[in-house]
Amino acid sequence: MLKNYFKIAIAVLKRRKFFTFISLFGISFTLTILMVLTAFIDKVINDNYPDKKRDRMLYINRIAQVGDGNMQSGTLSYYFLSHYTGMMKTPVKVGISSIFNGTNTYVNNQKISVNYKYTNADFWDVLDHDFIEGKPFNKQQVTNADRVVVISEDMKKQYFGDVQSVVGKYFEADNVSYRVIGVVKNVPVTNYMMYSDIYLPYTVSKADYKDKSYSGMYMAFLLAATPADVPKMQAEYEDLIKRVPVERKDFKHVYSHANTFFRSYVDTGREDKSGVFIVVTAISIFVFIFTLLPTLNLVNINITRIMERSSEIGVRKAFGASSKTLVYQFIVENLILTLLGGIIGVVLSVAALSFINGADLISNLELRINFSVLFIGLLVCLVFGFISGVYPAWRMSKLNVVTALKAQ
Amino acid sequence: MIRLQNIEKVYRTDTIETLALNSVSLDVAKGEFLSIMGPSGCGKSTLLNIMGLLDAPSKGEIRIDDQKTGGMNDKQLAQFRNKKLGFIFQSYHLINDLQVLDNVELPLLYRDTTAKQRRELAAEALEKVGLANRLKHFPTQLSGGQRQRVAIARAIVGRPEIILADEPTGNLDSAMGNEIMEILLNLNRTDGTTIVMVTHDENMAHKTHRLVRLFDGAQVL
Repeated sequence: MLKNYFKIAIAVLKRRKFFTFISLFGISFTLTILMVLTAFIDKVINDNYPDKKRDRMLYINRIAQVGDGNMQSGTLSYYFLSHYTGMMKTPVKVGISSIFNGTNTYVNNQKISVNYKYTNADFWDVLDHDFIEGKPFNKQQVTNADRVVVISEDMKKQYFGDVQSVVGKYFEADNVSYRVIGVVKNVPVTNYMMYSDIYLPYTVSKADYKDKSYSGMYMAFLLAATPADVPKMQAEYEDLIKRVPVERKDFKHVYSHANTFFRSYVDTGREDKSGVFIVVTAISIFVFIFTLLPTLNLVNINITRIMERSSEIGVRKAFGASSKTLVYQFIVENLILTLLGGIIGVVLSVAALSFINGADLISNLELRINFSVLFIGLLVCLVFGFISGVYPAWRMSKLNVVTALKAQ
Repeated sequence: MIRLQNIEKVYRTDTIETLALNSVSLDVAKGEFLSIMGPSGCGKSTLLNIMGLLDAPSKGEIRIDDQKTGGMNDKQLAQFRNKKLGFIFQSYHLINDLQVLDNVELPLLYRDTTAKQRRELAAEALEKVGLANRLKHFPTQLSGGQRQRVAIARAIVGRPEIILADEPTGNLDSAMGNEIMEILLNLNRTDGTTIVMVTHDENMAHKTHRLVRLFDGAQVL
């Protein structure tokens, strides 16, 4: 039976090549976009470099002070983070770093743009950067405000060229020379909380890191001793924030949260709506609309295609096919079509991902097709095939035999 | 074998009501070869479709092989047709995307048969109609007469007790028409298949056991 369906499905596909092309193009193109999107989301959410101990970590990247009609929200000051998180008992370490900022440097009259980040020494213990050479700066070097720098692999290539070792060499940024003490594997820019081209001790920052205002350009990474301690650590920070006094009289509340990676990654700074909700809703709406259009298109094409076969439907019914059997046949045929589109989609996705990786559109981001992406892709295909086949099949199966036979 | 009692068929649109069949009662005996004649639009095909359970009457009762067919649902009707009935249409209604052998196999797909059994039975049916050497051809590669023979093979492959033929020679020249008629007569003689045939051709009709004439939806002979 299935072999028979397969034969006729292939014959029908060959018969109307233009329709087949439109259908296959719609399916494979949509699938490609979804595959690239899921590969991107997967990379952003599931790639845990350099924060390999995510299950023991919480992220603080925002503080908000709210009054009657006024609000101030943004990253935090070094003082606030070191002072208040310093009082916490659960974290075993607190890594602190600034957001990344850009500057330019020049090598042989060539401009290179550099993103830099200030960090404390614990930053290197909380996170697990892969050091290609050298090592991170230690507490002593930070306290001494030593002009030392850890650079990324990419920056090493750009600044120094293809050389074996750069530890001990000098890197100039903003007219200051820093001694390179380590080179780390690249962090993709999508991991914006940790990404940078060069890392400097916060003590060499020109801005006053002793300033006691709450807002600044820093965030913190709290490390608990065990994953089980994470909720406790979170509760402790919530409790601490409740006791933090407002900075100015026109503010009434202070809000700041120690969140898990994903929550903090998509944090909007709003107390009433979580970023997770907004991101999930936005992605769902996008995927829904993006898959709805080709599905509707397929439904239409399928109706036309099936209508052309009314004589066949009539004959099959006359010779004993029930409506249910016919629905089954058309769905199977449609699944064959969509799976074919799926296979083309997978090939296109591999091509698209290798193009995106090759063109280096997003710095240091290496997208890959993985099994979860492939699984989602195939699932989307099956859902496509099913949805776009069911309605036309159902409609056609209800066709009266005599009418179907006359339609030829 | 087939018993029609007071069959009435009314086609309704918003404004017009057309009476296609008016109180037709007919008995077809087992092994009988019956032909139905009448002018165009007199209800011949409608009657045949109702006999074949392809269309439902507005009134009246159909019994086939002593079974009432009135209360059957879609699935039951499909199964009943599959077992008891074979159809031959004027315009053949072959599936052009499938090879001759696959076309003939079609009724067996809806039965509990293995692929091998289907192949064998279909080949046997094609041999019976003299097309044993055309199994791998597509319908479009055959002449009209050959196509109708494929359609006959499809109608008999499931060994139904009744064959309903709607102008089976209507699209063929007289030589080919005679060939087809011979096959049908032979089926009736040797296998005892009950055949009901709608035709416009007096010569063909006179070769059958009995002739029924319809006029304006009513039986006149």
